[in-house]
Amino acid sequence: MEFFRRTPNIDFMGKRRITYVITALLMIGSFVLLATRGLNFGIDFTGGVVVEVSYPNTADVDQARDALAQAGFEEAQVQSFGSSRDLAVRVTPENDEDVNEVSRRVAAALAQVDPGVQVRRTEVVGPQVGEDLTEQGGLAILFTFIGILIYVGFRFEKKMAAGTVLAALHDPIVILGFFAATQLTFDLSVLASVLAVIGYSINDTVVVFDRVREVFREMRKATPTQVLNAAINQTLSRTLMTSFSVLFVVVSLYAFAGESLKGFSIAIIIGVLIGTYSSIFVAGALAHDLGVNAQDLMPVKHDDPELDALP
Amino acid sequence: MYQIPRWRYWLVAVTLLLGLLLALPNVFGTEPAIQLARDDRAVIDTAGMEKVRGMLEARSVVPTASYLEEGRLVLRFGHVDDQIKARDAIEDAAPGEYVIALTDVPRTPTLLRQMGFKPMSLGLDLRGGVHFMYQVDVQGAVDLAFERMAQDVRAQLRKARIPYTEVIKEGTSVNVALRPGADVAAARETIQGGDPGIVINESERDGAEGQVTVLNVTFSPERLKQRQDFAIEQNITTLRNRVNELGVSEPIVARQGTDRIIVQLPGVSDPNQAVRVLGATATVEFRLVDENNNPYEAETTRRVPIGSKLYRDQAGRPILLKRDLIATGEQLSDATTGFSEGAPEVNVTLDARGGQEMLEATRDNVGRRMAVVYIETKSLAEGEQCKGTRSGDTCVEETVISAATIQSVLSSRFRITGLQSAEAHDLALLLRSGALAAPQTIVEQRSIGPSLGQDNIDRGMMALAIGAVLTFIFLAVYYRVFGLVANLVLVMNVVLLVALMSLLQASLSLPGIAGVVLTIGMAADANVLIYERIREELRNGNSPHAAITVGFEKAFSAIADSNVTTLIAGIVLFAFGTGPIKGFAVTLVLGIATSLFTAVVASRVVIDLIWGRRRRLATLPV
Repeated sequence: MEFFRRTPNIDFMGKRRITYVITALLMIGSFVLLATRGLNFGIDFTGGVVVEVSYPNTADVDQARDALAQAGFEEAQVQSFGSSRDLAVRVTPENDEDVNEVSRRVAAALAQVDPGVQVRRTEVVGPQVGEDLTEQGGLAILFTFIGILIYVGFRFEKKMAAGTVLAALHDPIVILGFFAATQLTFDLSVLASVLAVIGYSINDTVVVFDRVREVFREMRKATPTQVLNAAINQTLSRTLMTSFSVLFVVVSLYAFAGESLKGFSIAIIIGVLIGTYSSIFVAGALAHDLGVNAQDLMPVKHDDPELDALP
Repeated sequence: MYQIPRWRYWLVAVTLLLGLLLALPNVFGTEPAIQLARDDRAVIDTAGMEKVRGMLEARSVVPTASYLEEGRLVLRFGHVDDQIKARDAIEDAAPGEYVIALTDVPRTPTLLRQMGFKPMSLGLDLRGGVHFMYQVDVQGAVDLAFERMAQDVRAQLRKARIPYTEVIKEGTSVNVALRPGADVAAARETIQGGDPGIVINESERDGAEGQVTVLNVTFSPERLKQRQDFAIEQNITTLRNRVNELGVSEPIVARQGTDRIIVQLPGVSDPNQAVRVLGATATVEFRLVDENNNPYEAETTRRVPIGSKLYRDQAGRPILLKRDLIATGEQLSDATTGFSEGAPEVNVTLDARGGQEMLEATRDNVGRRMAVVYIETKSLAEGEQCKGTRSGDTCVEETVISAATIQSVLSSRFRITGLQSAEAHDLALLLRSGALAAPQTIVEQRSIGPSLGQDNIDRGMMALAIGAVLTFIFLAVYYRVFGLVANLVLVMNVVLLVALMSLLQASLSLPGIAGVVLTIGMAADANVLIYERIREELRNGNSPHAAITVGFEKAFSAIADSNVTTLIAGIVLFAFGTGPIKGFAVTLVLGIATSLFTAVVASRVVIDLIWGRRRRLATLPV
């Protein structure tokens, strides 16, 4: 089976104005959503208490809400979690309340609805831990970009490195926009998947650029537009193939791995889709308009002979 | 016909064999077990093992396996009922002799276990348990250090006969106001005591008696840092001791960042009980008893003599103690119970400095009494009474747990006698577990019920299986025989990944399983890159053999570059992440290593085994 019987010949560079418009809309949309709705941060970042319980029979969300309100938790968020018998309750305690005490009172209130309730999981995070995590998460994203910028700049050249990183910046912003739009909980595992997506998307772009470098050397007389088009077309079936195989496994994670990995897998699914789009349509176009040309890639000084000599 | 160097066949064969062997312990699952540790922390030997087996035989409970591990005895049972019966049998036959932990242990065959092969350990989210994160108040430890410094300086100046008006702790320094005419140089030298970690600044001040010299004494930044580190290390040791008293198997107590401590207790389902045992922050102090005044009189008149403080003992009787400290829990290294001349005793070991102070304090006080004060800080539940001093929600209770006559001059090792057997045991335990150097509070707590853990394993494995099968089918349909080769090396990739994780004893968490699943998708990529290249080379008119060689060669630079970028993200995740995120990062990074090896080296070997030896090859099933 093959996606394309022979190497396709799509004029990606010629259509780059359309993709710029789409990309710009995606960016603006994400930023507007982030600014207006914001992210629904999980207790990992905000601090607070989550209690997950399992009732012997179908859980009544309204009853649980009433019981919690009577215990003084009017602001508690109650939602069913995974199955109809499971509930997850989230409470953000006041500043001076003892979080451990709060988790005990929440469990006691839920037991009033049905004494057969079983506490499956409790999580208590103090506010200072959340602040630290937010800071560390930001730093982690920053360092990932710096590390990759340095590597791609060293292996290829500056314009391509800039194109790679710009295209890769685009992906986490769209994921964040998606989480702002859906108000899905943004927790620590989602942050991890955002970082994994940055790695994945750059991986995709790098494969395309690796081919760009090769085609520049083979087709000495070709214009940058022709070269970029050729490289993207030649790697197109690989890009799609890899995206499919990763999608298979993450969709399977989303469907079967349970509630706690839902946010994580949905972030990767979005990331893979948008990462594939950005490597095909955005990265090359950016490198083109940043003025990448044959001279930039001709000297072999950037190549590490040891690495290339390996099988 | 062409062939790759023969050593590569051997490399792949040996790696695969080793990988299978290392991954093998993971297939046996777990079974219920009890872990025994002696309460007095002595190592259990073969004789001890036979003794316990005897106890079980008396109740006709037969363990499926029994062996010693790090001084503890592990007994495995085929069924939970036997596990419970065995625990009861041991508790009845030897009450209080052992700390018994109920647990699940891997059913690894004896031979593999003796060779040192172990399965991956499971994270808390997979096996259930509780997780705490403590924030250590290092400032509290620093305050205590300066308090002690002030006390030391007073003692040193008195000893050197240098007159001073006051020595007080102010923030993170101690101010020493010398009397006019005092020898400033001598004072400086006395306080410094040849210790480069002490910094002294000098200034003049107008006092009531004219111009006085004020010495501002503080610690150098390095010394301060060291002090904070010591405090955290001490707290970790203390938490470890307390965790051991809880009887939990495979607990984790580790430092995180500069001032946090993580405690993980697998298999514990009630976090509140653990909080009670771990959470009562406690410390001890050694003080001299004020024998010159009547404590009952002080209590009734509410007039406590200067230099003394009124305490109560465990029976509630008043007792007066001197305000000057001899030593604190910070200086306590160990406390054990023992017997001498048939009477129980507690053997206490202090560190060098504590020993020195004990020596100086007891030299002039033989025949007088020394008290051990137990100070417990706990947060109060609603409506709970505080028997000591209350400040907000926290309650500080100070109790004299022992006041014994000093028989001779003491130093770093001494005995406390005159106790009942049970008293001695409790005192040692309190001393040992009570030595927190700095106050600490719980800032994060997670508990995962055992049923949720099992659910997580089942669901994670289901996702892994379905994701893998889908990928396998897709690759086989798309690349035909080459797709089957890719599937073969993907399986090998998972085997090697599991082998590496078992070797490194990295713990597998739910995000870790996600990492493995993701690795399968990513590992497929390297194969895809190679096969697409081979297809292109075939289309360009190359012969099959040439297409294979060139395909592998040309695909390599793309594979290397793309894996390095993912590696960078993985390493950053590992560096910044904690807990489950670290688990994800570990599998991601190890997965990159194994997928590089399997896709680039192993799949080449398999392809050569199939097609490399054929002389005439018209087409390739790719």
